[in-house]
Amino acid sequence: MFTWLADNLVFSWLQWPRNDPFAHSVHFFVMDTLKIFFMLCGVIYLMGWFRSFITAEQVRNYIQGKSKWVGHLLAIILGALTPFCSCSSVPLFIGFVEAGIPLGVTFSFLIASPMINEIAVVMLLGIVGWKVTVLYVLSGFIVALVGGVLMEKFKAERWVEAYVWQIRMAKTPPLNLAHTLPARHDYALNEVKTIVQRVGLWIIIGVAVGATFHGYFPQEWAESLANQDNFWVVPSAVLLGVPIYANAVGVIPLAEALLLKGVSMGTTLAFMMSIAAISLPELLILRKVIQWPALVLFVIILSVSITLVGWLFNFIL
Amino acid sequence: MFVVKVLGSACAKCKTTQQLIEEVTRVNAIPITLEKITDIAQIMAYGVMTTPAVVVNEKLAHVGSVPDKKTILSWFKASCCPADNHCC
Repeated sequence: MFTWLADNLVFSWLQWPRNDPFAHSVHFFVMDTLKIFFMLCGVIYLMGWFRSFITAEQVRNYIQGKSKWVGHLLAIILGALTPFCSCSSVPLFIGFVEAGIPLGVTFSFLIASPMINEIAVVMLLGIVGWKVTVLYVLSGFIVALVGGVLMEKFKAERWVEAYVWQIRMAKTPPLNLAHTLPARHDYALNEVKTIVQRVGLWIIIGVAVGATFHGYFPQEWAESLANQDNFWVVPSAVLLGVPIYANAVGVIPLAEALLLKGVSMGTTLAFMMSIAAISLPELLILRKVIQWPALVLFVIILSVSITLVGWLFNFIL
Repeated sequence: MFVVKVLGSACAKCKTTQQLIEEVTRVNAIPITLEKITDIAQIMAYGVMTTPAVVVNEKLAHVGSVPDKKTILSWFKASCCPADNHCC
């Protein structure tokens, strides 16, 4: 449908020649922007519905008292489904700790949430295809699990600030914002509006960059770059990604550019995950609840597990 | 007079929430005192884990996102006449 629309606009209506690189870029741009906005609105609306049923406070209640492995799995799935603003990291952390949820499970949640989200999934699906999307979600899952389990093994409780243990939460029943169908619809629609407003411009810029590559990127470049992969590429990509922080929207066009340049899948995925999962602002916020040694450990564990996942995909693909 | 508290550390969404509440109550001539709660222990004491959250007259009214104007207005309308459903 989107191809048909773009075909009509570029080739029939504007009558640009089919073999012209500029027309090709514009065609790609029109098709991808339409497709991504369409998918994004649909997915955010559905997620909005889902979220009107479940709040972070309820997530806590679900995970509380579950066995360790069930806890990790639930934390990752719920973390992926419920995004939170990074300024909520501290109350979430304390809330989980207060509920007696193991620290490792809490970390699994904190790692999964920014890394796996519906915007990243839609962008990946729209721009780079379903295979990479599945791999990205899968790797996010693995990294969140490994990261959480390792934080537990290192007994990160030692480094939790003392005041955290003292805070008590009110036992108020969780507030559900939207009970009726119209209210849920309003909530979901509002989510679509705010998210599309926030990321819309970035998507257009991102797709435009991708489209430019699509029309103009010389084949020989791709071939010459593809052969330069070696053992150290993945860890360097991860290290490079640590100080860079961007949301999924900013990263994905970059990922597409890397893939088009012939950088291997594992390396690209590792770079994306490192950018999304490890961010300096988030670390500074978490510093309020845990001490530096734990944060350093957190970064090391994440970098190492992302590197391993990157190598794994480079090896098997 | 409503006592409104915006719970949340100094993040952009919390500021937006505060400004929206100020705007809506000014336009509708609703008398409020607005407080900003940034202390984490106090925030948690309301049972809140995701900010921004809003407390109206010591009752939790909103959590986890920037409320829209309609929602903001509903807090004050609802508590002006708790027995009468038609006024809202």
